[in-house]
Amino acid sequence: MGDEVKVGTVIGEAAGFVSVPVHASISGKVTAVGRFPHPLGGEHQAVVIEGDGEDSWDESVVPRDNVDALTPREIRDIIRDAGIVGLGGAAFPTHVKLSPPDSKPIDTAILNGAECEPWLTADHRLMLERPAEVMRGFRLIMKALGCERGFVGIESNKPDAVEAMKAAVPSGSGIRVVMVQVKYPQGAEKQLIDSLLRRKVPAGGLPMDVGVVVQNVGTALAVYEACHKGIPLVRRVVTVTGNPVGNPSNFSPRIGTMVASLVEQAGGLSDEVSKVISGGPMMGMAQFTLDVPVIKGMSGMLFLGPGDVDTRPPDPCIRCGHCVHACPMKLLPTTIEKYVMVEAIDKAVEMGLNDCIECGSCAYVCPSRRRLVHQFKYGKYLSAELRKKAAERSDKEKGN
Amino acid sequence: MSEHFIVSASPHVRENTSIQKVMFGVVIALVPAIVGSVYFYGVRALLLILLSCLAALITEAVIQKSRGVPVTIGDGSALVTGVLLAFNIPPGVPWWMPVVGSVFAIAIGKQVFGGVGYNPLNPALLGRAFLLASWPVQMTTTWLPGRGGTLSGLTLKGVDVVTQATPLAVMRKVTEIIADPNSTTHQIVQAREVLADLGSSESIANLFMGQVGGCIGETSAILLLIGAAYLMFKHYIEWRIPGTYMATVAILTWAFGGPSGLFTGNALFHILAGGLILGAFYMATDMVTSPVSPKGMIIFGVGCGVLTSIIRLIGGYPEGVSYSILLMNVATPLIDRHTRPKKFGEVKKSG
Repeated sequence: MGDEVKVGTVIGEAAGFVSVPVHASISGKVTAVGRFPHPLGGEHQAVVIEGDGEDSWDESVVPRDNVDALTPREIRDIIRDAGIVGLGGAAFPTHVKLSPPDSKPIDTAILNGAECEPWLTADHRLMLERPAEVMRGFRLIMKALGCERGFVGIESNKPDAVEAMKAAVPSGSGIRVVMVQVKYPQGAEKQLIDSLLRRKVPAGGLPMDVGVVVQNVGTALAVYEACHKGIPLVRRVVTVTGNPVGNPSNFSPRIGTMVASLVEQAGGLSDEVSKVISGGPMMGMAQFTLDVPVIKGMSGMLFLGPGDVDTRPPDPCIRCGHCVHACPMKLLPTTIEKYVMVEAIDKAVEMGLNDCIECGSCAYVCPSRRRLVHQFKYGKYLSAELRKKAAERSDKEKGN
Repeated sequence: MSEHFIVSASPHVRENTSIQKVMFGVVIALVPAIVGSVYFYGVRALLLILLSCLAALITEAVIQKSRGVPVTIGDGSALVTGVLLAFNIPPGVPWWMPVVGSVFAIAIGKQVFGGVGYNPLNPALLGRAFLLASWPVQMTTTWLPGRGGTLSGLTLKGVDVVTQATPLAVMRKVTEIIADPNSTTHQIVQAREVLADLGSSESIANLFMGQVGGCIGETSAILLLIGAAYLMFKHYIEWRIPGTYMATVAILTWAFGGPSGLFTGNALFHILAGGLILGAFYMATDMVTSPVSPKGMIIFGVGCGVLTSIIRLIGGYPEGVSYSILLMNVATPLIDRHTRPKKFGEVKKSG
């Protein structure tokens, strides 16, 4: 409390391997530390900084000249200390993804330029406006992984981005820019790997199981900024869009900026707003307030008007099978839903509940408007609880 | 700006679709065949269809009211059952038969199980099976010849084998006569003549257009196919069930349906005659009562085809479409259980 902080000052230490520090994104005075509404629901610990308008940077932020001389290990450490997480939305610490065990050699890195959801254009704009920096970040990622081959997957509806990224590829670098089909969810890791390499990540496995690591273009830019300029992750690109938004745009706000002020910048909200979503329309989190900050994993803020939101209650399942055809993970959503609804969690897991990537395709096509993803999230929660209980029980038995 | 936002789980947008849209899509697809039935069998056909639909809707509404659940007759599912039930009865039945059939179809076939989505059997087919078991005479003799044609689709030149029967019944009769060692040479010659007539281009054309005797909605292949094309275009049905169903019937009737040994049967006749096209495209594809997985659909279609062929070739009825589908409906949960698609990235456990 009352501490002076500058841009880049560490205000939250990493608590373990799978976590990263948090940096002040503006300079000013800490006025509060407490629990505040969080875009992912509930309240979380936050530090409130009153800006001094100086935007002065922490002494630790210094550009680096010898970037080419960095070892993979050094790159990973820089990425961790810069607080970089996957900016596609999942916000998984990047240095962890770049530290595969020796038993899983990585031969290919993929730069994900297939926008993860409709409406969002943050990745598209980045590839158009800062292709050279994104590409340099991607090469650092490849170096950290020690792999020679890289793919940039971009959906075919963004030919301008394909051009820009192709122009940024240095000759003889082993990086190829590939156009992939426009389909949802093309931007999902496993689907993108399948599209580019025809490799299928085993059910329950990770991309590293097939020798691949996928990184988002925003993450690549953050890696570039950290390695070359010494700048930690204090800003990201956020798409502010939706029919009620006066002037839908992409912004590059500092992390921690209140969503309400982003909305102001985007020309305010003209129409009545029914739904506020952090993220995209298919997987985003519905918000109950605009008093939430921009977080590292926030790729967009989507506003839906009354005409965009279907609030009719669900009808009974008519077993049309449309969800089965839509599921990119080749599951039987209707069957899993029925198991979850009677809380037969073991059966649901057997049918692939935990393989569900919650992309929302099944619920999107359902003529009965079944709340499929809602049930799957609930089922996964129950399944995790059961696992926890089982672990506790076996611990106890061991203790005795 | 409203102070209260709607908070719900993702996804936040949906395709503009509903049960109602799907069901009315089926009704639209059935319109050509409805018009055709009026053309072939007169206004009487239309009256029977309307009575059947009315009975289905009223039954659904009354039962839902008495169950204290929302009345959903607007979703079109009872309407589809009403039309399909009428399509599956002969055009000469007394007026009360479609009414009784529809009441049974909706009450026992559907609402007893909890309404739309929960019925294990196709309600319309169950209604037909009920009528066939209860009033077999009316259900198998009250045929009318299609306008501009005859009952069997043949113009028999003084042949006295069978004249007052539908094409499938004639086919059955002549095949029996040829196979019967007690038949006289004269009878066999005549039967072979009729058999040749059944396979003639004129007979096939009549079956294709619908100028033959049969159930109200089943006779015109062309009109049913127009509707089926619409359903496929709208993605309400897909090829797997009707395709494998018809292919199986074609292969089996060609292989085993001929009078002179293997591979002498007339597959085209068996596809066009009777209720196969109606059953394959409009009833076997009933979403509620058929499997959801692609592999399951193929098993379901092949199963329907095998059963239909067995009933037509060696069973007690000339026609077997409705019982085949009902039997496969019963097998659907079993098929679903054993045809779970391979998950993305699923590998067979070794050992």
